[in-house]
Amino acid sequence: MIAISILNRLIMAAVTLFGVALIVFVLLRVVPGDPIAMMIAPGASPADILALRARYGLDLSLPAQFGVWLQAVVIGDFGTSISLRRDVLELLLGRLPATLELAFAALVVAVLIGGAVAVIGTLSRRTPLEPAIDATNGVLLAVPDFVWALALVLLLGVLFPIFPLSGRIDPTLSIDFATPFYLAESLVRLRFDIFLDIAAHMVMPVLALALPLATVITRILKEALLEAMVQDYVLLARLKGMSEVRLVLQEALRNAIGPALSLTGVQFTFLVGGTVIVERIFSYPGIGNMAIDAVINRDLPLIQGLVLVFGAIFIVINLGVDLLAAALNPRLRHG
Amino acid sequence: MAEPITITAPTAPTKPPSRFKTLLTEPKVLFGGGFILLLLVIAILAPLIAPKDPLEQDLMLGSLPPAWLDGAEPGYYLGTDDLGRDVLSRLLYGSRIALFVAVSSASLAALIGTVLGLLAGWYGGWTDRIISRIVDIWMAFPPVLLSILLVAVFGSGVHSVIAAIVIIDWTRFCRVVRAETLAQAQLDYITAARTVGFPRMKILTREIFPNIVPVLIALVSLEMGIAVVVEAILSFVGLSVSSDTPTWGGMIAQGRQLIHHAWWLLVAPLAVLFATVLAFNQLGGGLRRAFDPVMRR
Amino acid sequence: MTDMLLNVTGLSAVSDREGGLPVLRDVSLSLKKGEVRGLVGESGAGKSTIAKAILSILPRTVRVTGGWINFKNRDLLAMKPQELRSIMGSEIALIPQDPQTALNPGRRIGAQLADGLRLKRGMSAKAAEARALQLLADVQIRDPDRVMASFPHQLSGGMRQRVLIAAAFAVDPELVVADEPTTALDVTVQKEILRLIRRMQEAHGTGVLFVTHDLGIVAQICDSVTLLYAGKVIEEGPVRSVLENPQHAYTRALIAAGPRYDRPDAGLEPVPEEILHALRQEIGIR
Repeated sequence: MIAISILNRLIMAAVTLFGVALIVFVLLRVVPGDPIAMMIAPGASPADILALRARYGLDLSLPAQFGVWLQAVVIGDFGTSISLRRDVLELLLGRLPATLELAFAALVVAVLIGGAVAVIGTLSRRTPLEPAIDATNGVLLAVPDFVWALALVLLLGVLFPIFPLSGRIDPTLSIDFATPFYLAESLVRLRFDIFLDIAAHMVMPVLALALPLATVITRILKEALLEAMVQDYVLLARLKGMSEVRLVLQEALRNAIGPALSLTGVQFTFLVGGTVIVERIFSYPGIGNMAIDAVINRDLPLIQGLVLVFGAIFIVINLGVDLLAAALNPRLRHG
Repeated sequence: MAEPITITAPTAPTKPPSRFKTLLTEPKVLFGGGFILLLLVIAILAPLIAPKDPLEQDLMLGSLPPAWLDGAEPGYYLGTDDLGRDVLSRLLYGSRIALFVAVSSASLAALIGTVLGLLAGWYGGWTDRIISRIVDIWMAFPPVLLSILLVAVFGSGVHSVIAAIVIIDWTRFCRVVRAETLAQAQLDYITAARTVGFPRMKILTREIFPNIVPVLIALVSLEMGIAVVVEAILSFVGLSVSSDTPTWGGMIAQGRQLIHHAWWLLVAPLAVLFATVLAFNQLGGGLRRAFDPVMRR
Repeated sequence: MTDMLLNVTGLSAVSDREGGLPVLRDVSLSLKKGEVRGLVGESGAGKSTIAKAILSILPRTVRVTGGWINFKNRDLLAMKPQELRSIMGSEIALIPQDPQTALNPGRRIGAQLADGLRLKRGMSAKAAEARALQLLADVQIRDPDRVMASFPHQLSGGMRQRVLIAAAFAVDPELVVADEPTTALDVTVQKEILRLIRRMQEAHGTGVLFVTHDLGIVAQICDSVTLLYAGKVIEEGPVRSVLENPQHAYTRALIAAGPRYDRPDAGLEPVPEEILHALRQEIGIR
């Protein structure tokens, strides 16, 4: 029963990914006319153009072209970046971990901040603090990650220069990392000096990504908590002498988390999308920053690889949220 | 001869006349609407009210701080950038691009979304099934991916920005308008109009559409807020208009680069962008609240 | 009197939401140890306001304007929140109306049953679990182990109500307020639950204030009854004498209308308008 629904989701995910691939193919091959015209690097010789034509099988019919292209993509052959003159897959794999570390750190921070404010708001209901929290949150809900990032640059980078403004790690600190997951690796290798340096570099981009999500979590979770707090089971627990804090954390929270979770999933995809601009602002070497360069340079092989990677990330997130929601809901878990 | 008998469709329930008044008592609408109106006037009158030419460079007067700081030069109220261009004038001119993109992309997206939404909601059946399916697929595609792809395909420039926003966001309108149309179609006066044999298209345009307009206005306002940010982001990374046209995003990019050198270059455009986004958002939220009987309680 | 458990005297309250409309008018009622008193009335008669006042969970919109609620000779209305907390859920417990919403859907039954024992009786987790198992057996649940490990949605409505009864009697309270505990249940289950409450009450010697709108239920389970209309006590006394020899025209009309056991949710059959009219004049409502 559960296995079947998981299988269903996996099939759906595969279908979606195929859809993304199809759209990428159509947009990048069909719309702009002659794809080669867009693909040639400045100063390419006619021989290069011929080589490209052959490489992408452009003399074939469109569906056949799609087949050739899909085959290449499936085995991880995204071609060679025009602007960076390196294998696209290699470039992506080198940069992806930085973005993943950033996005997951931001997710954790967003859940912590958003959850804490929602709980505090619930505990302070019928005091002047609650409308104050609601009003502030209402204003902050409108602030996009782009504006947060730059406000943080001003606040924590210039006015109180606490954190480094750009990059991922102090170049003088660089050690030979065995993996591209610098943050995780420095922790595992107990190099706390390096861990702290990387963390300090991440503070501002993480906050910029986390705060928009935190405001959404606060709103949804607080609403759900308030609804749960007037249920009879909370009343009974209160009669048993449970403290307000425990009522919120133990009785209400686990029932409020469901609706908040599914929304957090959707919002997390937005957060990952936000890495594009936030990484740019903080010169953080992830795939988001790379995507902007790729677009500016019209580096189509790289763009295509990036879009597929982003698409795959989004699909995995949605899948993960579905599974997590099922795991947390006792109704689904215990038939 | 008696007067010819005409069949008229029963009219929609008249709205309470106080509706416009209640709008003005909603503080969000007042603040948001007021700010947007001001911005609109500024954008139109920019050449008249800007103290300097926004493109005029004067390297002798580079990186001047705002008027209230030491070392400021009279006439340059918000200081100058590294090329000696007046920040205030560039801000005022920057509102033109921002509002142009906001208005054109939001209204185009609204137009497409509304037409398709009305058709889907009113005619149902296959029309609805096809349109709804397209919307579902569309919305499954993350906006960031689509915008990367679209800008890559269209190339940079303000028209690409508008096109990208319209292509990505028409679904927001389509979904809401379809749902509203479905809800309206259930109401008694529409049933009455149909039983009298009023042409379907006429019911749609005369009876249903006017009742959707309020919701639509609120959505357009929210969409404009989104569009302003998207334009700022794309001009920040240099994918919108060419770099010498003053844009808020371009000014922000410049400010980010010179952050240790002249912080005011970042503060001024960022503050204006934030206020604009907030104003559109509050206006949209306030309108939605004012128009939605359920939310008003 | 030493065996007096609860003494409500002259309790009056108004609803601020309805512009100061009186919801309780000089209500008095008493409950002896081990007595089951029915508190009967149509919806809006004020019976659940009394129950909430006793449990000190009145909504903020309802304001007590006079009277006392003496529990074991101490006025609950004058107590500090701290004192109240030590009494509620310990000496006074509640069986709620709707077993659907009264159990936390996200927690196992065992944990929820153990809460009161641990918080109010200071039991260890292990002792509380053993006691909870015993309690489930007491309320005639056949496989207590399975139920302990279950989530609420895995149990039927009747089972859930048994769990809630077990939870109420777990802490050996002296007073149990039962707030229409069978309204949400099937008729067949209803009878079992009523018998169970009576049995638990007798075994523990507990006083029960049984809130209901159904005179039939009163006849089945209660020793005495207080009948309310519009926040006013209309008639009061031992069940037998009230049901067999009602003094008030309204009571007679209710009995004549007949409690419909087969339609528990339908409430009371309508009472003739002239009786209601006279009643309202007597109470002093327009």
